[in-house]
Amino acid sequence: MDTFLGLDATLLARIQFGFTVSFHFIFPAISIGLASYLAVLNGLYLWTKDAAYRDVFNFWVKIFAIAFGMGVVSGIVMSYQFGTNWSVFSDLAGPVVGPLMAYEVLTAFFLEAGFLGIMLFGREKVGPGLHMFATAMVAVGTAISATWILSVNSWMQTPQGFGVNADGQFIPEDWWAIVFTPSFPYRLAHTLTAAYLTTAFIVGGVGGWQLLRGRVHNAAARRMFSMAMWMIVVTAPLQVMVGHEHGLNTLEHQPVKIAAMEGHFHSHEDGAPLILFGLPDQEAGEMRYELSIPHLSSVIFGLGWNGAMEGLDVVPDEEEPPVAVIFWSFRVMVGLGFLMVGAGLWGLVSRWRGNLYASPWLWRAMVAMGPSGLVAVIAGWITTEVGRQPYVVYNQLRTADAVSPLGASAVGWSLIAFIVIYFAVFGAGVLYILRLMHREPDLGEPDVDAEPGPTRAAGITPQQQFDRGRSAPAE
Amino acid sequence: MALDLTTAWALLLAFAVFVYVVLDGFDLGLGILYPFFPEKQDRDLMMNSVAPVWDGNETWLVLGGGGLFAAFPLAYAIILPATYPLIIAMLLALVFRGVAFEFRWRSVGMFSRRTWDLAFMGGSTVAALAQGMTLGTLLQGITVEGRAYAGGWWDWLTPFTLLCGASVVVGYALLGACWLNLKTEGEIQERARWLARIAGLVTVGGIVAVSAATPFLETAYFERWLVWPGILEVAIVPVLVAVLTLWLARALTFGKGPDWLPLVLALGLFLLCFAGLGVSMWPYVIPPSVTLQEAAAPEKSQMFMFVGAVVLVPIILAYTAYAYWVFRGKMKLGEGYH
Repeated sequence: MDTFLGLDATLLARIQFGFTVSFHFIFPAISIGLASYLAVLNGLYLWTKDAAYRDVFNFWVKIFAIAFGMGVVSGIVMSYQFGTNWSVFSDLAGPVVGPLMAYEVLTAFFLEAGFLGIMLFGREKVGPGLHMFATAMVAVGTAISATWILSVNSWMQTPQGFGVNADGQFIPEDWWAIVFTPSFPYRLAHTLTAAYLTTAFIVGGVGGWQLLRGRVHNAAARRMFSMAMWMIVVTAPLQVMVGHEHGLNTLEHQPVKIAAMEGHFHSHEDGAPLILFGLPDQEAGEMRYELSIPHLSSVIFGLGWNGAMEGLDVVPDEEEPPVAVIFWSFRVMVGLGFLMVGAGLWGLVSRWRGNLYASPWLWRAMVAMGPSGLVAVIAGWITTEVGRQPYVVYNQLRTADAVSPLGASAVGWSLIAFIVIYFAVFGAGVLYILRLMHREPDLGEPDVDAEPGPTRAAGITPQQQFDRGRSAPAE
Repeated sequence: MALDLTTAWALLLAFAVFVYVVLDGFDLGLGILYPFFPEKQDRDLMMNSVAPVWDGNETWLVLGGGGLFAAFPLAYAIILPATYPLIIAMLLALVFRGVAFEFRWRSVGMFSRRTWDLAFMGGSTVAALAQGMTLGTLLQGITVEGRAYAGGWWDWLTPFTLLCGASVVVGYALLGACWLNLKTEGEIQERARWLARIAGLVTVGGIVAVSAATPFLETAYFERWLVWPGILEVAIVPVLVAVLTLWLARALTFGKGPDWLPLVLALGLFLLCFAGLGVSMWPYVIPPSVTLQEAAAPEKSQMFMFVGAVVLVPIILAYTAYAYWVFRGKMKLGEGYH
C-alpha cells in the first residue's frame, strides 16, 4: 500500500483537511462575532455620542483587520481543497453543494471584502452614515457566509432532495429540501451562537486583562468588560439550550453519532446511563472504568426514565466512527459550556453587588477563559465531523471513496508544508493580535483614518505610537 | 454555437477569471515589482494603494474556483489533482502575500518588516508563476481516464508551462507598473513607467513565444490557428495584439495622454490573450479530453446558480466600483494613504 511515514493517502488527506479547516475556522469564529460587535459599537457611538464606544471600536477594529485577513487567506485554501484532495467528492457532490458554495461567494464573500476597505479606512472619506452602512454590511456578510456553508455541511450530514445519475453524481431535485435539511436550522443556530459566545469570551478576557493591569479607570476597558459579561450571561445559557436541541435532532437523524458521543457501545432497552467519564475500548466494544449515572442519558434525550437507546452494537464494526475522539471532544465542549454559564452567572452576581470593577478573581477567571470559546468550537466541530465517519455524505458516500487519486507522498509533503507555514505565519499573526490586546485602549483616540503618520494601513497605528514606553520601534 | 446554459456558464466563468486578472493582476504585480523599489516609503505607498481593495480582488479567484466546482464539477475534479503541486504552491503563496498587508505594520521580534516584505514579494511572484503554469498545463493537455486524472505527477513541469508561468509573472509586473503610473507621481511614477516599458517588451515577447508554441501542442490548435480559410478570422487576434503593443509603447515612451491609458492598453493585451485562449480551447474545458458539455453540471444546478449570478454579479461590480471610487486619485509620498 502506498504510504508516507506509515500513513495512507486517504488518512493524510483527512489530516490535511482537518488541520487546515480547524485553523481556518478559528478566524471566522472570531470575525463573525467581532464584525457584529463592531457594528453594534459603531451604532451605539453614533446614537449616544458616548466616546467610550468609539474607543472600544478603535481598539477592536485593528484586531479584527488582522483576524479577517488571516480568515481570507486560509479560506481561499479551503475553496480549492475540495478539488485538490477530494476530487471524487467534488465530481459526485459538486452538482448539489457547488451551487450553495457559489452563492456563498456571490452573496457573502464579495459583500465582506467589498465593504471592508471602507469600514477600515473610509470613515473620513465617506462620512459616518455610509461608514456605518459599510460596517453593517461586513457584519451581515459574515452571517450570510456562515448560513451557506452550514447549509452545505448540513446537507452532507443529513442529505435529502437529491437523486443519483448514471455516473453516480448526486443530482439536485428539490433545492428547498437541499438548502433546508433537517439538521440545518439547529447547526446554524448552534454555530452562530458559538461565534458570538467565543467573541464575548475573547473580549471579556481582554477586558479582564486590562482591568488586572490597573486600567480600572480606563472607560474603554470597563466598557468592553461589562458588555462582554452581559453578552455571556445571555448567550451561554442560550447556547446550552440550542446545543441540547441540536443533540435531539442528531439523535433523530444520526443516532450512531449520538451513541459514539455518549459512549454507548451497547443498546439499552430500559433506560440508558449518562456516562460521565470512562476509557472507550473500541476493539473490545466496551467502556472501561465507566463512571455513570443510571437512566440519565435517556432522560436528557426526553425518552423518559426507561427510554430505550440504541448503541453502537446496532451497526457493523465498519460503520462505527472512531469513538474515543468523539467521546472526549464532546466532553471538552460540554464541560466548557457549563463553565461558561458559570462565568456568566459570576459576572451577574458581581454586577448585582456593584463590584464588577473590583473583582480581581473574576477578571483572572475571565482571562483564563478567554480562549475557551475557540477550544469549545473546535471540539464541537471535531465531534460532529468525526461523528459522521466513515461517510463524507452521510450514508451515501464513504470518505475513503471520495478522495483524490493522489500519491501518499504528494499529500504528505503538502501536509508538512501546510503545518510548517500555518504555524509560522498564523503564529506570527496571533502574536501581533496578542500585542494589540495587551496595550491600553486609547481614550479619545482620533478616528482611525484621521491619524497622522506616513506608514499606515488597515487602521493601523504606527509602531512608535502604540509602543509608547519602548525606547525604539521594533524595526 | 448556440447560447445554451452551459455555454453561458462558460462565458460567465471566463468573465470571472478575467475580472480576477484585471483586479488581482496589478495587485500581485506590485509584489513582483517590490525588488525594484527598495525604499521603505515607496513600498509603503505601493502597498497602501491596494490595501483597501486587495481581499475583494482575491475573491474573484474564489469565484473562479467555486464557479468551476459548481458549474463544471468534473473539470474541477480533474484539473486540480492534475496541477496539485502548483495549486498548493499558489495557495500558500497567497497566504504569505495576504497576511503581509497587515503584518508588515506590526512586525516585531524574529519576523521583521523585511520578512513580510519578502513574503509579499515571494508570495506574489510564486502565485503568479503558479497561475501561469497551471494555465500552461491545461493548454498542453491533461490525460484523463474515466472521470479522473490519469497523467504523471510531473506533467505540469515542462518548458511550455515554465514559459507560460514566466509570461504571467512579467505580464502582472506590467499591470503593476501601469497601476503605479496611474496612482503615483514624481520619481516613483518615472520609475514605474521605465519598468512598464521593460515589462511590456518582455510580456509581448512572452505572448509571441506562447502563441508560436501553442499550435504545435495539439493538432486541433494547429487547425484552428493556421489552416486556410479559418486563419482569416482568427488572425484578428494577433493583428490587434500588434496594434495595442505599438499604442502601449507610444503611451509609455512619450508619456502623453491620460495616466490610465497604459493600464487600459495592458489590460487590452490580456483580454486578447484570453480571447486567443478561448479560440484554442473551445469547445473543450480540458483539452483534449473533456468538453464543456461533458463536464457540465446538470441543468438544475446551473440554472439555480445562474439566476442568482445574473442578479448578483452586476450588484457586486457596482459596489466594487464604488470602493475603488472612494479610494480614487493619486497617492502622495509622505502622506500615507489618507
